[in-house]
Amino acid sequence: MDLFEYQARDLFEASGVPVLAGAVASTPEQAQHAAEKIGGKVVVKAQVKIGGRGKAGGVKLAENPSEAFEKAKAILGMDIKGHTVHKVMIAGAAPIESEYYLAILLDRAARSFLVMASVSGGMDIEEVAHKTPEKLAKVHVDPNEGISADKALDIVRKGGFPSDIEKAVADVLVTLWITFKDSDATLVEVNPLVKTTDGRIIALDGKVTLDDNAAFRHPDHEALIDHAATNPLEALAKEKDLNYVKLDGEVGVIGNGAGLVMSTLDVVAYAGERFGGVKPANFLDIGGAHQLKLWLMDYQSFSAIQRSSQYL
Amino acid sequence: MAIFLDENTKVIVQGMTGSEGTKHTRRMIASGTKIVGGVTPGKGGQVVEIEGKSLPVFNSVSEAVAATGANASVIFVPPKFAKSAVVDAIDAHLPLIVVITEGIPVHDTASFWAHAQKVGSSRIIGPNCPGLISPGKSNIGITPSDITGPGKIGLVSKSGTLTYQMMYELRDIGFTTAVGIGGDPIIGTTHIDCLKAFQDDPDTEAIVMIGEIGGDAEERAASFIKDYVTKPVVGYVAGFTAPEGKTMGHAGAIVSGSSGTAEAKKVALEAAGVKVGKTPSETANLLRAVLNATKG
Repeated sequence: MDLFEYQARDLFEASGVPVLAGAVASTPEQAQHAAEKIGGKVVVKAQVKIGGRGKAGGVKLAENPSEAFEKAKAILGMDIKGHTVHKVMIAGAAPIESEYYLAILLDRAARSFLVMASVSGGMDIEEVAHKTPEKLAKVHVDPNEGISADKALDIVRKGGFPSDIEKAVADVLVTLWITFKDSDATLVEVNPLVKTTDGRIIALDGKVTLDDNAAFRHPDHEALIDHAATNPLEALAKEKDLNYVKLDGEVGVIGNGAGLVMSTLDVVAYAGERFGGVKPANFLDIGGAHQLKLWLMDYQSFSAIQRSSQYL
Repeated sequence: MAIFLDENTKVIVQGMTGSEGTKHTRRMIASGTKIVGGVTPGKGGQVVEIEGKSLPVFNSVSEAVAATGANASVIFVPPKFAKSAVVDAIDAHLPLIVVITEGIPVHDTASFWAHAQKVGSSRIIGPNCPGLISPGKSNIGITPSDITGPGKIGLVSKSGTLTYQMMYELRDIGFTTAVGIGGDPIIGTTHIDCLKAFQDDPDTEAIVMIGEIGGDAEERAASFIKDYVTKPVVGYVAGFTAPEGKTMGHAGAIVSGSSGTAEAKKVALEAAGVKVGKTPSETANLLRAVLNATKG
């Protein structure tokens, strides 16, 4: 599950990663109220799980609470690359001197965790990796050893951070590791991590992905699910422990096993080419036989939703 | 010959006393697997009757190994307890550990994988896999044993059900070993490990490799094939119609941005000289064709 920026900020704050004051708002009134509480200049930021919101006009500076009301009014309801803005985050504004990059992620190929650190922050990190790889330090972390203070300092130095902030950035990295581990994340990314003109190190924007398989030991993660964006069919299927993904086509598919169902979708699409582009309407893996029984028992409720959506 | 598993492999079942464990222990025994006992912490000393066999239950893997001479374990333990079960097996230096459990947190898998590398004596297959079968010899996991018999094809697949499908398609030829390596983001034994073992196995004449969306394991396997594998390989990739950003059943099956797509995997495999089928049936036909060409 990918978190919204405000949820990542809350998680960072709770774990001791330095962040600016921030609050989430779903109405202009709430945005104004939040701006009054934070005081001074604030930034109104669209909460969407997709990049490029700044360019799309989803991030605005507001000089005072009434301006925060106006900016929030303009941003709420916007469409950013197909994502409707339902919430904005009101965040304190900071005078930025430099922007950096810090992340810990799951490295599937290495079957381990990877830290990426760079002094080229605020940009698309894939671009940094591609164009100026020397500016991006990549260091693997042993999952059982984690990131000690010494290891963090070592990584920060490899990333070429200025010596006067090495220690502060290393502290942030150690705290990020604890956040990553304790919340069963597969990604924690701070971009940008900034140095303010008064010398503070702050995580200005964050991205967090949590492992759905670890939900059983994090009952609090349930509250982070974005129900507004979840397809109602997908939500219902999840309640029944079924793997269901809504697609755009016309042919309903039910099967046993993720691989076989994925394969069936492809076969349906190939066959459909001969009929003017008929496509699969869904992915539905009902798993083993006992689940099939469970599903059939629940067929009534499921088929009611199928009817309402025309196709499975 | 077969890879990783043969008629001499002595297997213990971790979680044998649970319902899934008992069910599949029965099936494995019926298909000829040498099951020598089970491990359930707290239930050591019990004896369980399954499929006409009296199987001793132990508290730990090392006790089970000492008493039975087991050299492989299969794990049917729920996700919550899976990590400690795998670590128990690693610490007992079992050469082969097969983790069937689906839904293990990836931090737990990363942790036991790193531990296994440090100890250095175990091959791990899975997690979230059907296990492996050397038809006519032995079967560890949940693969149905009656699909086909021994033969000359080696099969490696991320997906369990596509493993069964391909075994069915090529049932007249048969298999040395079919390995379901699992659909999680981190897995122990990879496509590459299996390709290498099949290349080195004198009885395997051709290899089928099945992949799916997510990660870049197939791309890395393609470059390994180019460098190392001289036997014919045919491939199949599932998930061309999968939308970006959605997990398709397996925790690892997800297209992120432009990476992990089925198309990229197909292109990489074809560039390595692997013929890739559009459907499982077409893939099976490609395999027949390469086998005939080798003969001719």
